[in-house]
Parts: sequence; C-alpha cells; structure tokens
Amino acid sequence: MFFVSVILERLSGAFLLNCELFALTLLFALPLGLVVAFGSMSRCKPLSAVVKTFVWIIRGTPLMLQIIVIYLGPGLLGMTNPWPTGSGGRMVAAVVAFVINYACYFSEIYRGGIEAVPKGQTEAGQVLGMTKPQIFFKVTLLQVIKRILPPMGNEIITLVKDTSLANTIANKEIIMMAKEYSAKGLIWPLFSTAIFFLVFVGVLTILFNWLEKKLDYFRC
Amino acid sequence: MALLEASGIGKNFEETHVLKDISLTLEKGEALAIIGSSGSGKTTLLRCLNFLERPDTGVIKVNGETMWDAADPATQKESEIRKKRLHFGLVFQNFNLFPQYTALQNVMLAGELLAKERPDYKVNKKAIHAELEQQAKELLGQMGLSERANHYPHQLSGGQQQRVAIARALALHPDILCFDEPTSALDPELTGEVLRVLRDLADRKTTMIIVTHEMHFARDVADRILFMDGGVVVEEGPAKELMDHPKEERTKQFLAHYSE
Repeated sequence: MFFVSVILERLSGAFLLNCELFALTLLFALPLGLVVAFGSMSRCKPLSAVVKTFVWIIRGTPLMLQIIVIYLGPGLLGMTNPWPTGSGGRMVAAVVAFVINYACYFSEIYRGGIEAVPKGQTEAGQVLGMTKPQIFFKVTLLQVIKRILPPMGNEIITLVKDTSLANTIANKEIIMMAKEYSAKGLIWPLFSTAIFFLVFVGVLTILFNWLEKKLDYFRC
Repeated sequence: MALLEASGIGKNFEETHVLKDISLTLEKGEALAIIGSSGSGKTTLLRCLNFLERPDTGVIKVNGETMWDAADPATQKESEIRKKRLHFGLVFQNFNLFPQYTALQNVMLAGELLAKERPDYKVNKKAIHAELEQQAKELLGQMGLSERANHYPHQLSGGQQQRVAIARALALHPDILCFDEPTSALDPELTGEVLRVLRDLADRKTTMIIVTHEMHFARDVADRILFMDGGVVVEEGPAKELMDHPKEERTKQFLAHYSE
C-alpha cells in the first residue's frame, strides 16, 4: 500500500539533496568562476592558454562523465581515494564536479560581461587617479552584473535541473527516489517531481526579474 | 619656467610612427588648442600626457618635476603614475561618465576615494564628505547643472553629460585640463553649451590643452594653436596669427577646408 502523503514527504526529503547541491554549487562556483575568468583574460599567454584549454575540456564533455571521473578517477589511478566513504563522500564528489563544471560556464559569462564594458570606463577611472581594484569594484562591477543577469539566470535555472545528475554516483536525489517507485509499478511519483522543479525555477525567475528591475535605474 | 614641458615625445603602434619627436610647452593659465586632421596624432599626444599611452621616447615635466622619462624606468612605476596623472585632467570625446552614478556622484567619486588615503580621513569623515559634496555642487552650478545633480547620465543630453564630465575633471583640481575633441560626439545644436563652458574656463585662466575641430572656437578662445600633421608639429603660434596668416603650406591647405 502506497500512501500519497508518505511518498510526497520522501520525495521532498530527497529534493533537499538537490537544493543542497544547488546552494553549494552556487556558493563556490560563483567566486571561482571569476577567478577562472581572470585567468582566461590574463595577459600572461601561457596561463590564459592553460585556463582556456581547461574550460574547453569542461564545457566540451558531459557533466555526467565528469561526475564519474571525479568520483572514481583517483581510485582508478591508484591514488588513495580522496572521498569519505558512504553517501557523504558521494555527495562531496558531486559538489566538486558541479563546482568545477559551473565555474567554467560562469567564467565565460563573466568574461563576456567584463569585456562588454567600454574601455573608456576604465580610462575615465584611470585619469581620475583610481587604483585598479577601485576601478573594478566602484566602476566596472555593477555594469558587469547588470549585463550578465539574463545569461546568469539562464545558467542557474539549468543548474537546478542538472542537480539530478548527482544520481549518477548513487546520490539519492528526487529523480532517483521517484524511480524506485516506478520500478515497483507506481509511475505518478516520477511525473510529480516536475512540480518540485517548476516551483523552484518559478521562484528563481521571480527573483531574477526583481534583480533586473532593481538595476533598471541606469543604462549601460 | 613653463608649467608643462614635453620634449622629444615619440610613440609607435607596431610599425606606425604616430608621434615623431613632439615638443611643446605650456605656461600656467594658458589655453593651447591642437588642431589637425584625423590621424595626425593629436589625440595620441593627449593620451600620452595622461599616461593612457606610454611614450616610447621623450620626457614630460610638470613644474620642472619629471613625470615621465622614456629612458628612465624609475619614472614608469604604475603606483607613481597613478599619482602623477592627477596633475592632468582629461575630458573625453564620449564623456565616459559612470552610468550607475548620478551627476553629483560622478563628480564626487574620485575625490572620495582619494580622501580615504588621507591620514585624517577616519577622524574627519563627515566633514570631508560634506566639503566634497559642497564643492561638487558648486562645480555643477558653474556648469549650469544645479537642477540636474541627481540625474543619471542616461537622463541627460550629450551636452549636459559633457558638462558633468568637465565638472568631474575639475573636481580633482588638475594643473592642466585636457580636452579630447569635447564637442565631436555632440549634435551641432549642443556644441554651443559646451564651448561656452570652455570659454568661461579660459576666461578664468584655467590651464588647458584642447584638441578640437572647432576652428572659430580655437581662434577666439585659445592663446596659442599647434597644428599637427603626420605625427609632427607643423606649425605653432599665437592663435589669431596662425589662423589668419599661416606660414606653412600644409597649414594653409588644412585651414582652407574650413573656410569654405
């Protein structure tokens, strides 16, 4: 006997894992992406070449494959397994894979945003005696944020749904949980997972619209 | 001693010699106009004076103090160049106002950041801020923009934006204020308001270098004119004399285009 309320509760519990992965990925990938962006824009040619190649590899291969490589790779190479045993370790490995993957995507969005700010803005800051950090934080940054909000919103919405890929290494997120029911002949829990994603993405959409409105007071 | 002495300034971009051995001097209170066709190197010269481009040869001195010596790397340190830039102000052709700040904030921003480097900043924070704001408001008033202080750049016309940019440059009290074709990006009916401000600054004996295509303005307002062509100074002299009686053939040709 399946109780609807019990099933929904278990699905919600599993969705928490999706939410956790989402939050941790953003927390680390947003700043790391900026570091990667500066690396790929660096005037030091070897550094920028290395970073660009890395971004190409990460963006050019499936996230699912990256998760497997990161989880199993070290052990297969004969190194001591860096991941803690059990479900905790699988989650940490998933977070690491997601952070690396999303940092690379974010870095390209940042790069586009930074390069779109006219050179004259930096020059105006320079002739006014500002330091490089001052120019970045006081002049450039907000213009970059305004420009990258739409593509960022897009990418972050993709992240919500990508969190399901964590089940590649048996992290029990919502889709995996729902599939256990369909294996037993009950199909509706799997379809109902859509509601969870839709609500989450709906909230994000409202948030991003609000942010875009907030920055509507200037044009660049 | 002249306020500004630049000698032997040369600048190459790849194989192109944009500036060849340019020398110029400027006295305190003097307004110098630089004229010449596009590609003659006048904008590059102005950018060299503001260290937005680094001259490959030559020396720049302000008040006898060496700002830049292409042969002496000790004068080329990034941290010192930032301070040396403050001797010069630059008003750009495209204004380059900061879009996320109001007119008043645009004028105040750099001053506030510089004030933070003062040793007494923490103690006198409020007084310093009030003083900067007072000064910024006066400057905007001088530009005829008191009513526009809280407008964002996109809410202002091109002429108004350029006047805010002039106030922003003046706020740091530069020794020499440089203008890079300040009216070239403006609709013809808006150039007048900017030229009036420049005329007013000249009347107040502001030391200025103005790169311009406005020949009548240069003749009436500048003390001296420098005509550049192909990266060299072809002719230089008192404004009216150079305009009315140019000596060099190349100058005559150039001015003839404008008298039609």
